[in-house]
Amino acid sequence: MVGVVGLEVHAQIQSTSKLFSGSHVRFLAPPNSLVSHFDASLPGTLPVLNRRCVEAAVLTGLALNCTINRKSLFDRKHYFYADMPAGYQITQQRVPIAVNGMLVYSHFEGRRRNQVVTKSVKIKQIQLEQDSGKSLHDDEQSQTLIDLNRAGVGLMELVMEPEMCCGEEAAAAVRELQLILQALGTCQANMAEGQLRVDANVSVHRPGEPLGVRTEVKNINSVRHLAKAIDYEIQRQMEVLQSAGKVLNETRAFDSKSGNTIPMRDKEGLQDYRFMPEPNLPPLFVYESKASVPAGVDPAQVVVIDRLSAQLPELPSVKRTRLVETYGILQEHSFTLVNEDGLMDYFENVVQTTKAEPRKVIGWVIKELMGNLNSQNLKVSQSPISPCALAELINLAESGHISSSTAKQVFQEMWKAPEKTVGQIVKEQDLWMINDKEELQKICRRIVDSHPEEVQIIRRGNKKVLNKLMGEVQRETKGRTDPVQVRAILEKMVS
Amino acid sequence: MESPTITASRSVSRRGEKRFHVEISKTGGGEVVAQGLPAWLSTLSAGPASARGPESASPQPPTRAAPNTAQTCRHLHSKVSQALRDGRVSATELCRKCIDQIQRTHYLNAFITITGETAMEQAQRADNRIRTGKPLGPLDGIPFSVKDNFCTENIKTTCASKMLKGYVPPFSATVVQKLLDQGAVLVGKTNLDEFAMGAGSTDGVFGPVRNPWSYTTLYREQSTEDPDSDWAISGGSSGGSAAAVAALSSFLALGSDTGGSTRNPGSLCGVVALKPTYGLLSRHGLIPLVNSMDVPGIMTRSVHDAATVLRILQGRDERDSTTVQAPSTPPSLPEHFDIRDICVGIPKEYHAPGLSTDTLAQWSRVAAMFEQAGARVQEVSLPHTQHSIVCYHVLCCCEVASNMARFDGLEYGHRSTIDSSTDAMYATTRHEGFNNVVRRRILSGNYFLLKSNYERYFVKAQQMRRLITEDLKNVFRSGIDVLLTPTTLSDAARYTDFIQEDNRTRSAQEDVFTQPVNMAGLPAVTVPTALSRRGLPISLQLIGQTLQDWKLLTVAHWMEQQVNFPMIHLHGDSDERKLDRSVRERTHTIGS
Repeated sequence: MVGVVGLEVHAQIQSTSKLFSGSHVRFLAPPNSLVSHFDASLPGTLPVLNRRCVEAAVLTGLALNCTINRKSLFDRKHYFYADMPAGYQITQQRVPIAVNGMLVYSHFEGRRRNQVVTKSVKIKQIQLEQDSGKSLHDDEQSQTLIDLNRAGVGLMELVMEPEMCCGEEAAAAVRELQLILQALGTCQANMAEGQLRVDANVSVHRPGEPLGVRTEVKNINSVRHLAKAIDYEIQRQMEVLQSAGKVLNETRAFDSKSGNTIPMRDKEGLQDYRFMPEPNLPPLFVYESKASVPAGVDPAQVVVIDRLSAQLPELPSVKRTRLVETYGILQEHSFTLVNEDGLMDYFENVVQTTKAEPRKVIGWVIKELMGNLNSQNLKVSQSPISPCALAELINLAESGHISSSTAKQVFQEMWKAPEKTVGQIVKEQDLWMINDKEELQKICRRIVDSHPEEVQIIRRGNKKVLNKLMGEVQRETKGRTDPVQVRAILEKMVS
Repeated sequence: MESPTITASRSVSRRGEKRFHVEISKTGGGEVVAQGLPAWLSTLSAGPASARGPESASPQPPTRAAPNTAQTCRHLHSKVSQALRDGRVSATELCRKCIDQIQRTHYLNAFITITGETAMEQAQRADNRIRTGKPLGPLDGIPFSVKDNFCTENIKTTCASKMLKGYVPPFSATVVQKLLDQGAVLVGKTNLDEFAMGAGSTDGVFGPVRNPWSYTTLYREQSTEDPDSDWAISGGSSGGSAAAVAALSSFLALGSDTGGSTRNPGSLCGVVALKPTYGLLSRHGLIPLVNSMDVPGIMTRSVHDAATVLRILQGRDERDSTTVQAPSTPPSLPEHFDIRDICVGIPKEYHAPGLSTDTLAQWSRVAAMFEQAGARVQEVSLPHTQHSIVCYHVLCCCEVASNMARFDGLEYGHRSTIDSSTDAMYATTRHEGFNNVVRRRILSGNYFLLKSNYERYFVKAQQMRRLITEDLKNVFRSGIDVLLTPTTLSDAARYTDFIQEDNRTRSAQEDVFTQPVNMAGLPAVTVPTALSRRGLPISLQLIGQTLQDWKLLTVAHWMEQQVNFPMIHLHGDSDERKLDRSVRERTHTIGS
């Protein structure tokens, strides 16, 4: 049996004001401080469409190869919920703004997980809709607190067809989507902050047979959890079926602590949303080009596709190709550079300020920098070492002023004491490379003299033991020597 | 500075009336045989039961009218605005008189909230402006009232529902704000059917509105019962606004019109009531009934005044995306206008069962007037009209179900004390807050919108709506300028009779002539033409083409001048005459 995964993604539109009202959009503002009369659904208020939100949806549609509907419609979806004050959500059920798109994404396969596999998933539609407010249940005092700051913020709902087969694929697709949205500036796409919310529709079946009964998995707040939740759910459903059970069509919540999905108390299963056209909003028209805007309509006041196409930035896939071609780096590395927010800029900055080969720089960025960032759970922007400082360090190593092993040591020192310059650290800890031949001779002599047994063994023909002597030199000099030079001197002395 | 003088309007009126009579005599025996008129209209128009104007030649006119002097009160507010500017009357004085009149006629139950204090302050400011020669416009200092389903900043807005009892909106509806910005003085919020759902103004939490005309000498003399048990309904749902204008406690009032809610009470209370083209006036701040049909309505004592107010209220509002740019209109209705250029359509389907003989007689009388004056009068057909009311009902319920969903007791309005769960609180809040009428419409609407019913009800009703709209379009495309129809089946029913049937039945009966216009978004105006045998107003409706509101009013103005509808005189109330006379006397004293 195999898993089948489709996704429903809610992306909060990055805009200064809400979809149908002038109130501001801000994360973590004091509760109910960003609520207009319309957001609180005061009677007599009417929705007024925010053009910026439409443009964001069109840009996103274009980036995802969608057909942009020249005319789309708004509908009301009814249900009672405390954080949805109007008793309905304005959405685009019948004719959404964009349809029939495609998202191309890649993930890694193979034992070392370095084989790039590129796949695609169809985007059924992108629809504009209102976000809800937030409810906070206080079980102890048996009350619900409501914050309407988020109520009415613009959302793009993207529906991805059930064409993925596992958590990893879904995670890769969502990661790619995040990058695209961030590049477009249409959504900040931070899952932890709720700017991107992903629900997964999961089912299992035998290939060639009709799709199985699906469950909807919610409450997933990171890409990592998405993969986990889906894989757990696929496994669970398979076990249910193998033990002759039945998969129920239900909504399940992912519990990040246990890594399980658990059934949600689900009232929506039987919900009839009683959809109805939104009578207060005329059809939404977008125009192909300035020339197609009808007379009497100010082109500056409407959404024109041509104008938006011209604004499309470099998308992640194009970036990766460019990085591979420009810097000669591995394709897998181009993914790391693009997928980590800010890493590509960091890398390019270092490359520009150092004489070192980009291929050497990539090692520093991916091993040292990312290693440290990951172990401390930091973002690239939080790195204590700036691209300039790293470039300086690489330059010292390149020019032979410090050894490469020292350089790694210095990197860790810089991480701990970001206020110090590379030069300061090297000087303070006396890490400059010993390039003086006489001094090197002296040190090697001392080591040879203090290890007579080893010298005997080497002289008898076991050259391997020379490495031990080299190690002693390194220890004595704290790695400040060039191994090639040291080996040459030692070989001469023992021969 | 538009306002025509009284003499001018009166003379035009007389001329029209004379011509009508001359024409009648030509045809012999007072019989009107008009070529274009449908047979059923022509025949009946000559019958003895025909209701005629005050100068009717009928030996025993079944309808009566007040003395001709009352005519001076037409165009009152135009006159008044001139009087204000000339310093013959002050805005504070006018405001005081209107508030006194509201109190004197409190038994009509036309008002829910009287804003006496703020009104006097506004009037004071208007006086200051007028004194310094800087009036804001023709409405500066003119008292007005507003149906209590328009939001008014810092003033209670209840929709005559327990659900919004005590609710104070933080903003004013665009149309209210526009009037305030013009210096008009808000004297109060008027009574209605709960959430404007009704055709009688009998189904609000504050009780029914009484028709001022059932307190005239004419009505009382015919009644054997006491004034508290025998009175006529005002019509609805904007009954309070209509009664306020009819009882002279406001010079103009705002209503809302979804299926006839402005025109129906306007008609029954004998005032001019305009339902503008959908989208011409902003709905921002109007608590909705059916968003796709709601229009703010204008009620005045004359067509001229309605035109003045329309000109101020119309136009795009960025807070209502369904509003449109208003066509450019001249400052006032043309004084000289050739009715011979106009083609009047008489829709045969409006000759409906239940149409009273009085109303039919008025219809034929006025149709004949048009014809006699040289207008082309022609029978037309609107074949889908018969299905309009049932489709209207479906669409209305659907939008009601949706629009009422926001009243959950959380953000504002009534909240039940039952709080065992959020759902329980919703249920009891809504049960306690809404009356039966509202709850039934919500229930029906939710039923129609169910996934399994949507195609059968909502979609079908929308399809029929398009056919109804097409019918009207076709008629206008064929060269018709305006349609002339009755506004209601008959004059106002006695309250005790009216409540024998439920709201749903009454709405279906009462809205039959008015709601097709809302389905199509067209402008329509009702103009009172005569009093019935019972002494209650009978009015006729003119329907115009989309955005041709001005042309519609021009024709209505002409019609108004021909019909000589009498001025109201409340039984045993001489004070209103004093108010009227004080203005008139001053006009004469200083004007001449």
